Amino acid sequence: MRMELIQPFINSADAVLAQGLESPVSIENLTMDEEAYRRKGIAAEVCLTGDIEGRIIFDADEKAAACFAQHLAGFEAPDADDLAREAVCELANQIIGNAVTVLNDQGFHFRVHPPTLLTSEQGSKSSEDTEAVVLCLSTQSGSVFMNVALRYHRRMMETATAAR
Amino acid sequence: MEKFAPVKRSGDGQPVRYLIVDDSVFARKNLAQMVESFGGQVAGEAADGVSAISEYERLTPDIVLMDITMPQMEGIEAAEQIVRKHAGARIVMVSSVGYQENIVAALQRGARHFVQKPVKPEVLYEVIKYVMRDEQAAAQGAGAGA
Repeated sequence: MRMELIQPFINSADAVLAQGLESPVSIENLTMDEEAYRRKGIAAEVCLTGDIEGRIIFDADEKAAACFAQHLAGFEAPDADDLAREAVCELANQIIGNAVTVLNDQGFHFRVHPPTLLTSEQGSKSSEDTEAVVLCLSTQSGSVFMNVALRYHRRMMETATAAR
Repeated sequence: MEKFAPVKRSGDGQPVRYLIVDDSVFARKNLAQMVESFGGQVAGEAADGVSAISEYERLTPDIVLMDITMPQMEGIEAAEQIVRKHAGARIVMVSSVGYQENIVAALQRGARHFVQKPVKPEVLYEVIKYVMRDEQAAAQGAGAGA
């Protein structure tokens, strides 16, 4: 997977988390992963279709997710679990939405699907051409992970090849 | 949250009534807190475009804050259907997906403005004041003619 597809997600995660949590965020780790995704806490998946296809998983450990929810909502909710899941979905939506805005400005067109909660422990294995990049970010509330598995749509690949 | 001077309906001085449409409960709560800090009143909430249309019919709010990416019916289509029936509807799209073609599509189909998530209260406040200007202008015009 090319770095030009990943960089907007890194920048967006940094900006959205720092703004939302009002505290600094640092990138701990960036690795490639060809294995099936293993959920670490509360995880939401957003799928993209169009010139670039694939999925992004945003995953936060339960303590971090609860902290995000409380911080972002500004109050302690009676059902903290529900709010934590909502917070993870909404953060995923914002981070990925902001990143695809940047990619769209670079000429890629696609559709963003609403976030869905991942409930199974293990996700689908990424295929050869959708090798995932796993990004680990450290926040004051705990660690969050983004697993980005994207590929150019076949039409884009053919256009690029023809242009060479 | 920062204190804002209340934005009122100029016709009767009552609080602006909002319909908040977003599939995320969390985002709805967040927007509700913001509009209440602007002196507004949450008339209702909806989690998808289909419910947004029926809630608009039922509540006739002053402003709709509408997400774009939602299940069942997306926000831009819901906005179009509301504006087709209620030309004066004030719809502000609120979405994390802020690329130009999305914004243009929303404005072409009748939305008045666009705010990108994560929403900054001060940005939304200025947009609300801007969108309510037409009502204020109409009220001033009526006052001048009286």
